[in-house]
Amino acid sequence: MGEEFVAISLTPMLIGTLAAIACALPGNFLLLRRQALIGDAISHVVLPGIVVAFLITGVVAAVPMMLGAAGAAVVAVVMIEAIRRLGKIEPGAAMGVTFTAMFAGGVLLLEQSDTSTVHLDVEHALFGNLESLIWLDATGWASLLDLEALAYLPVELPRLFGVLLVVALFTWVFWRPLKLSTFDEGFAQSMGIRTGPLGFTLVIVAALAAVAAFDAVGSIIVIAMFICPPAAARLMTNALGAQVAWSVLFATLSAVLGYVFAGYGPLWFGADNAVSAAGMIATVSGLILCFAAVFGPHRARSGAPAEAL
Amino acid sequence: MLWHALTLQLGYNATLVTLGAMLLGIAAGVTGTFLFLRKRALVSDAISHATLPGVGIAFIIMVALGGDGRSLIGLMLGSAASAWLGLLCIGFLTRRTRLAEDAAIGAVLSVFFGIGIVFLTFIQTMSEGRQAGLEGFLLGSTAGMLYSDAVIIAVGGALVLAAVIAFRRPLSAVAFDPEFAASSGLNVPRLDLIMMGLVMAITVVGLKIVGLILIVALLIIPPVTARFWSERVTGVLWVAGIVGGVAGYVGATLSAVAPALPTGPVIVLVLFVMFALSLLFAPARGALAAVLKHLSFQRRVHIRQGLLALAQGQPIYEKLTLRLLQRSGLARADGVATTDGKARAAKALRDETRWQMARSREEFALAATFYDGLTEIETVLTGDQIGELDRLIGAPMGVPA
Repeated sequence: MGEEFVAISLTPMLIGTLAAIACALPGNFLLLRRQALIGDAISHVVLPGIVVAFLITGVVAAVPMMLGAAGAAVVAVVMIEAIRRLGKIEPGAAMGVTFTAMFAGGVLLLEQSDTSTVHLDVEHALFGNLESLIWLDATGWASLLDLEALAYLPVELPRLFGVLLVVALFTWVFWRPLKLSTFDEGFAQSMGIRTGPLGFTLVIVAALAAVAAFDAVGSIIVIAMFICPPAAARLMTNALGAQVAWSVLFATLSAVLGYVFAGYGPLWFGADNAVSAAGMIATVSGLILCFAAVFGPHRARSGAPAEAL
Repeated sequence: MLWHALTLQLGYNATLVTLGAMLLGIAAGVTGTFLFLRKRALVSDAISHATLPGVGIAFIIMVALGGDGRSLIGLMLGSAASAWLGLLCIGFLTRRTRLAEDAAIGAVLSVFFGIGIVFLTFIQTMSEGRQAGLEGFLLGSTAGMLYSDAVIIAVGGALVLAAVIAFRRPLSAVAFDPEFAASSGLNVPRLDLIMMGLVMAITVVGLKIVGLILIVALLIIPPVTARFWSERVTGVLWVAGIVGGVAGYVGATLSAVAPALPTGPVIVLVLFVMFALSLLFAPARGALAAVLKHLSFQRRVHIRQGLLALAQGQPIYEKLTLRLLQRSGLARADGVATTDGKARAAKALRDETRWQMARSREEFALAATFYDGLTEIETVLTGDQIGELDRLIGAPMGVPA
């Protein structure tokens, strides 16, 4: 432990944790608003956005890709609304039509275009490349104070940190209106809160978190972190503040334990290759949810008769 | 080449796969309609993603037992087992905890998929796993399919379709009105279970052709498309089955022509084209029909209001009204009524006056509910009733007879 850990494991672990928390924070509100599957839809439609951005600019660069992904998310939201209104179709089905069609379009564009020279393929989009985000210039813990080495940190780390700041700031500034409009929309409106724009902003913030996390860790973690930590936290407490705190804890635990299990777990069993960190992080978050569902103090619906398990 | 593919002349395997895809598409369209009407469309997304760990585990077990691990039947059995487990997890989370169904769907979908990815990366490190081609199950691939696999898909598609046809009556009763179905003696929970079983069977058979990420499209897009064409359950079922069948057939043949492309996205895009055409051009519910209906309504309102203004000698300031009146030959460009216009205006005013009277009298209260400013009173009241109204309105006053 030491120099090897800092160079190889510290940055991916931190990036995974930041991504997990950035997704879990808005996930809390989406969960309570019965919009949990928006994260699923966003993470599917990001792919065509990134591919189109690549086809236009010809390079795999962060800014155009983020713009492309954000554009795709907006197109998806408009399309879902249009299908709902024009066809009077229920939102779940409208969402299903939109994200499967856009994802399919993205895959076909990707397969048609020549991406052999760059690191862009469907598997990357699904699983991310967390393991490859290493910090080659680190020589040990001392590097954390070494400005020259710090300059070569993987760019995903500061970017995700920035996005997490934005998400946290949004949650903190709009805490009261978010809370009111989530639990009682009518009351929030009577208090003068504009719930429509607020709900839309929440989806945009979630999309921002999803896009930034998607780039670094792939879409599985994004979907898992939008839903599993907040869902587990929901079973632990009745207070929104505590729920958000629990969800941050669960997200962190999933990211750290998942990364450790994926990297070192197979070694404990005598295998010599690591397994997918993204998959393992999602797995750990599922295990946490499973424990919360069986032992969580507030797992039952309030008012429902206590059932023997 | 495309023509050969469409007419099933690309060899025995391709023909079998195409037929299998078509049968599967029909079954998926019909089953998807039941899901859609029960508002549970996205449960199928969780079921399909939950198949991945089963595929991985089945492969590992088959290798451990000394096989090469690629037997399609074995992989399908594994995927069915883990999809069933995923379904049980959704049921547990929604019934035993306070989480809503959408959260349960998302949790099962992402966690099972994550576990599946862990198994896939593990398999890639096994010596037998390098050529396993399990990635083909993510997005579907029909290239280089074995004869036995093609037979399995064709037979599987036929069996699923047969099961759907066998259960279509009780399932549509439940989908249309679960409470009525329950009161007429149907076992709704068991039929829901059968519906989920059908969804699972479709997912498992479609795994190799469409891939687990996109198979949900085969269940969702056909009923949504069909909804634009029919207001009746039977109609939606038929159209959804046809849409699904066409997508399976065309998608499978297209991908036989372009083997490098994954099959799933091709099928989904075929589906989406049919959906987009329906959204735009369906006769009653399509976007174009809605626009036309709106324009015609707007036109009728403007002409009616314009005629009333003409009858009362008021000037018309609204340009659109004037233009519409002019185009129908009811008024000149300067806003003066033509002879025809004068007659129509007088009639409109008489109609409006009769309506005013009808709405002010209690005995016409029921008829008055039909008043919308456009309906002519003759279409609502009988000649006798209109005579009664005219008597109430009376002759012109203040004019010497």
